Amino acid sequence: MMDAIDELEAEAISILREVAGQYSRSALLFSGGKDSIALARLSEKAFRPGRFPYPLLHIDTGHNFPEAIEYRDRMAADLGEELLVRRVQDSIDAGKAVEETGKGASRNALQSITLLDAVAEFRFEALIGGARRDEEKARAKERVFSLRDEFGQWDPKRQRPELWNLYNGRLRPGEHVRVFPLSNWTELDVWEYLRREGVELPSLYFSHSRKVVRRGAALFPVSPFVHVDPGEEILESTVRFRTVGDMTCTAAVESRAATLDAVVEEIRRSRESERGSRLDDQRSEAAMEERKKQGYF
Amino acid sequence: MRRLRFITAGSVDDGKSTLIGRLLYETGAVLNDQLAALERSRIRNENGSVNLALLTDGLMDERLQGITIDIAWKYFATAARRFVIIDAPGHVQYTRNMVTGASHADLAVILIDARKGVIEQTRRHSAVAALLGIPRIVVAVNKLDLVGFDRGRFDRIAGDYLGIAEKLGLKGVHLLPVSALEGDNVVSRSTRTPWYDGPPLLELLESAPVDEGIEARPARMAVQHVIRPQAKGFHDYRAFGGQVLSGTFRKGDAVTLLPSGATTRVLSVEAAGRELAEGPAPLSVALRLAHEVDASRGDWIVASGAPPILSQDLVADLCWLDEKPLVEGARTLVRHGTAFLRASVRDLSRRWDLDSIEEKPLTNGDRRLAFNELGRVTIRLARPIPFDPYGENRLTGAMVLIDEASGRTVGAAMIRASAPPDDEPSI
Ligand SMILES: Nc1nc2c(ncn2[C@@H]2O[C@H](COP(=O)(O)OP(=O)(O)OP(=O)(O)O)[C@@H](O)[C@H]2O)c(=O)[nH]1
Repeated sequence: MMDAIDELEAEAISILREVAGQYSRSALLFSGGKDSIALARLSEKAFRPGRFPYPLLHIDTGHNFPEAIEYRDRMAADLGEELLVRRVQDSIDAGKAVEETGKGASRNALQSITLLDAVAEFRFEALIGGARRDEEKARAKERVFSLRDEFGQWDPKRQRPELWNLYNGRLRPGEHVRVFPLSNWTELDVWEYLRREGVELPSLYFSHSRKVVRRGAALFPVSPFVHVDPGEEILESTVRFRTVGDMTCTAAVESRAATLDAVVEEIRRSRESERGSRLDDQRSEAAMEERKKQGYF
Repeated sequence: MRRLRFITAGSVDDGKSTLIGRLLYETGAVLNDQLAALERSRIRNENGSVNLALLTDGLMDERLQGITIDIAWKYFATAARRFVIIDAPGHVQYTRNMVTGASHADLAVILIDARKGVIEQTRRHSAVAALLGIPRIVVAVNKLDLVGFDRGRFDRIAGDYLGIAEKLGLKGVHLLPVSALEGDNVVSRSTRTPWYDGPPLLELLESAPVDEGIEARPARMAVQHVIRPQAKGFHDYRAFGGQVLSGTFRKGDAVTLLPSGATTRVLSVEAAGRELAEGPAPLSVALRLAHEVDASRGDWIVASGAPPILSQDLVADLCWLDEKPLVEGARTLVRHGTAFLRASVRDLSRRWDLDSIEEKPLTNGDRRLAFNELGRVTIRLARPIPFDPYGENRLTGAMVLIDEASGRTVGAAMIRASAPPDDEPSI
């Protein structure tokens, strides 16, 4: 009996094969986060026993969780696939990107610059990403094949209508597409899929003890990259992460969920949407749309 | 259970966003931080209550104009099922969005304002639903609170609508009295419509069938990607990757490759290199075949016992999606299945008048389709393609038209039949 997860898996595999069929130079954005882990698993389903028709690409802000980086490298080795890493620090050193300063400073926005440089360097036609339409309102209108101009910009008016399963990935010189095979998945779908597939995940996603500071409703992990004010109190909390991004803008949630089953159960009952734990979107209501126009994922 | 993907259509202010907002809210799909954002918003209902319509009105431009201008995808689930809402806007000029949304929909919810009854927009949306072959229609007669939940009015609107449905050949129509604002018959049955004994909207959605009987129909797969590992132990391995669009592939099945016509048998149905018991639609699988046959992306693998029609000339209903009008004789690129091929629009003889839901013959000087118009055309392709009439198979019978120079998607076509061969020289 076909269920919704089978159907979502079939759709995602079909989108990945479209990338393979329509482009000769593409990459799978791989951060060691759960969405990219799901994409790696789906790529195995799409292409094994063959190789992936694309390398894995990580844009490293230099502010990543060490657990995520360790996982990333091990996963790439286990898969036997090529891993490309491009560093935001290199863009800063080359004078292409300027570091934010002060409290709340983050390299999150600088990723777009390094990413576009990677697109130019490898002449990528397609980048596969793990974004989902349920994450946020601006994403709810996103296409599966999302067209970017030569400056990496997303113009809502230039996006193509997508009908049936007939994706039109034709490009003009300088353009590229971002492809989102998980468009129709929800956060819960991703977790249920990873559980069903028995995929191993970074320890960050499970309950552990960690030093954090409380800012508003959010708990921020203490790290060399997060500026802690003298007045701020450092707490030792039992937490886990729902998303794993840059350490400067990924908040933890208090949780005792130590297994995939417990995490799935927690999310099922959860009353906060996932992006509630990403500080970058709370900067302003339309923050995501603005950043998308500038070439962020 | 399969997901239900449904589209919502209505004209401006019929209450579409309010209805969706209420569904999301009452099924618990609105999360705390989203609710908090709604409460912070300065945009409110007239009576000052939180505006649920904001849950679907996404982009900044739209926020300013107070209208929805693009499709938004929304997700929610109940204990029984997962749902995808394809929210397409209701403006006259946005037929394009509704056609796009309709191509993905298992069901359409069409809204009617009880005070206005059936209007032009209702006919337009129903015509699009019929042309795009949406299998089920729920007509939500909304704002019943404003007409005192009057049964007579509902019955009159229902009668008018059934007339349209009959004319369009729409099947699976259900008429439903609602108040989106106050929640009547949305999630639970209203006590204010004792004269209505059917289920509320959510129950209709939970029980609607999806792709009924698809696994039992003739097997079809368009080859997307050929898996050919260059590794030790796999030298002779070759598998054809694709999504099963209809039917079921099983080991031993006699299959035909199209357009070549080569025949062989299925050696195994696989996923991630492991053998599956069977490959029913809509799974993505890899098929290994018994003979060394030549096939690549763009080709089809189909059940030998029930092949599709193979033709180079097609009759199709075409919706034009581009600002630059289509003129008869225009050349275009077509995507059908996984193939891209050249084509020309040969005969643009009739245009659908969506307001009167009638076909109008086009005179010689007027053989064109403007943005958002639908018409009947014949299309000549660079080579024959296998297809099923769209009414029988929405995936093998569909095509999109692409402008080769700009790459834009300019048209959506539903193939109805093969056309008599064109005697003009081929392209
Ligand atoms: N009294 C009453 N008012 C309603 C009902 N449903 C919607 N409305 C009101 O009708 C107006 C339009 O509703 P929306 O949901 O924004 O309409 P829409 O169809 O989504 O319109 P667009 O977003 O412009 O396409 C709002 O003021 C709603 O509060 C209803 O059942 N009863």
